[in-house]
Amino acid sequence: MIEVDGAGRSFTVGRGRARRTVHAVRELSFTVAAGEFVGYLGPNGAGKSTTIKMLTGILAPTSGRLRVAGLDPTRRRTALARRIGVVFGQRTTLWWDLPLKDSFELVRLLYKVDRNDFRRRLDELTELLDLAAFMRTPVRQLSLGQRMRGDVTAALLHDPAVLVLDEPTIGLDVVSKAAMREFLGRLNAERGTTVLLTTHDLGDIEKLCRRVMLIHHGRLGFDGTLEDLRATTPGEDSLEDVVTRLYTASPADR
Amino acid sequence: MPSRHPEEAVFPPRTRLRPHPRLSLYARLAGYGFRRHSAYRAAALAGAFTNTVFGILRAHVLIALWEARPGLAGYDVADAVTFCFLGQAFIGPMQLLGGGVQLAERVRSGDVAVDLLRPASLQAWNLADDLGRAGYLFLLRSVPPTLAGAALFGIVTPAHLATWAFFTASFVLGVVVSFGWRYLVALSSFWIVDDRGTQALSMVMAMFFSGMVLPLNLFPGWFGTLAQSLPWAAMVQVPADVYLGKRDALEALGFQALWAAALLALGALATRAARRKVVVQGG
Repeated sequence: MIEVDGAGRSFTVGRGRARRTVHAVRELSFTVAAGEFVGYLGPNGAGKSTTIKMLTGILAPTSGRLRVAGLDPTRRRTALARRIGVVFGQRTTLWWDLPLKDSFELVRLLYKVDRNDFRRRLDELTELLDLAAFMRTPVRQLSLGQRMRGDVTAALLHDPAVLVLDEPTIGLDVVSKAAMREFLGRLNAERGTTVLLTTHDLGDIEKLCRRVMLIHHGRLGFDGTLEDLRATTPGEDSLEDVVTRLYTASPADR
Repeated sequence: MPSRHPEEAVFPPRTRLRPHPRLSLYARLAGYGFRRHSAYRAAALAGAFTNTVFGILRAHVLIALWEARPGLAGYDVADAVTFCFLGQAFIGPMQLLGGGVQLAERVRSGDVAVDLLRPASLQAWNLADDLGRAGYLFLLRSVPPTLAGAALFGIVTPAHLATWAFFTASFVLGVVVSFGWRYLVALSSFWIVDDRGTQALSMVMAMFFSGMVLPLNLFPGWFGTLAQSLPWAAMVQVPADVYLGKRDALEALGFQALWAAALLALGALATRAARRKVVVQGG
């Protein structure tokens, strides 16, 4: 479903003499099969967002190639948008001043979703994510947890094969977090939606991801099961300590 | 009767008459633009109040000027006062003081990533939203100053229905030209991180060259000709002249349509460049 083959992305920053090249991502290679639920970890500035931007077609790789749902993201951005769902936890696709349901109605037109399919999916998501109580509330009056459920719904109404989540649980309280995790788990298990989840919340990873990829200094530092990840640091029980060790290890160690 | 071969003369199946899906998307966006702004009624009313007060002040200045020089620029005093209040009425819908397009802010905050992901035209998306905004502000910020001007000073009203129709078209085209310009200014934030400079420059240009400060036909010679051929003239001077019947309506609409097309085309090119810049250089 996702194929990344030697993808690299560098940026030129600064002017004149201070001009230099920053490699946000180097020679990144991985594949995600249909139906997988993959956690994508990495410290701030490791290249996670750059990867997501490349996968969704808003950033072209400077080297290597990518394919998502069979498409080259930058060349087929519009076609790809109809096959993937994207949630940026820190941003919203919803209309701030309008009732939540109006944003969904716009999604229907934007993605050309058939009316009946739309109605069915919206009913389903309303039930699963418990949206009914605030469907008519303007988005600006929603709590963060409610808004995030709204954003996830908006990303799923066109029934994408792949869902890319960038920190979907950021700032959520424990109850909202648990509800979001349960929903994402079911979405993956029951509908078979492929999920790529970026998060700093290791609880998300432990609860949801069978497979974990860890990016550090723009390179893939680890790719394996959660058990393999723990096994990298024998004697450490807490995932947090394991990840801390991997984050702080210098790139030469690997 | 010979039986018809099943594959010939097959008419396309009759579908229910429904608007083009993209059209209904953008129509809905315009509706949302209208409603989005209606959430800020107090701000719009405060704007209307300001526009009215300034209209009264400007009207007094223009009355003094036209009493000293009757018939200046081909207007009489009543025309000049009408021109003044029309200008005040256009400030909101045409967003003559700049802004209105949220894009610049979204580029700065990075929210534009969400916009770039959508399978829709960034420009058409913003245009639809802006038309909705203009529609709402027409009701709240154009009608009150005009009524106040009519009550306090008396304004000219077109005698012919055709003039009203031409004026309506001219007004809408003025909003489109205004959007075309403001969208370009907003797009500049893809290249210039801080767009306050371009915004300020745009505001000065729009204020003066639209005819807001003084009617453009007041300026003689090449400067007047230049001012009358720039896009800002399409925002106040031209629709006001159409209203006052001082200009051939079709020629006026043609002028506005030309600028609207030119600015939208330029905007489409700039959008492609902006997308490529983000895709290639990062945002």
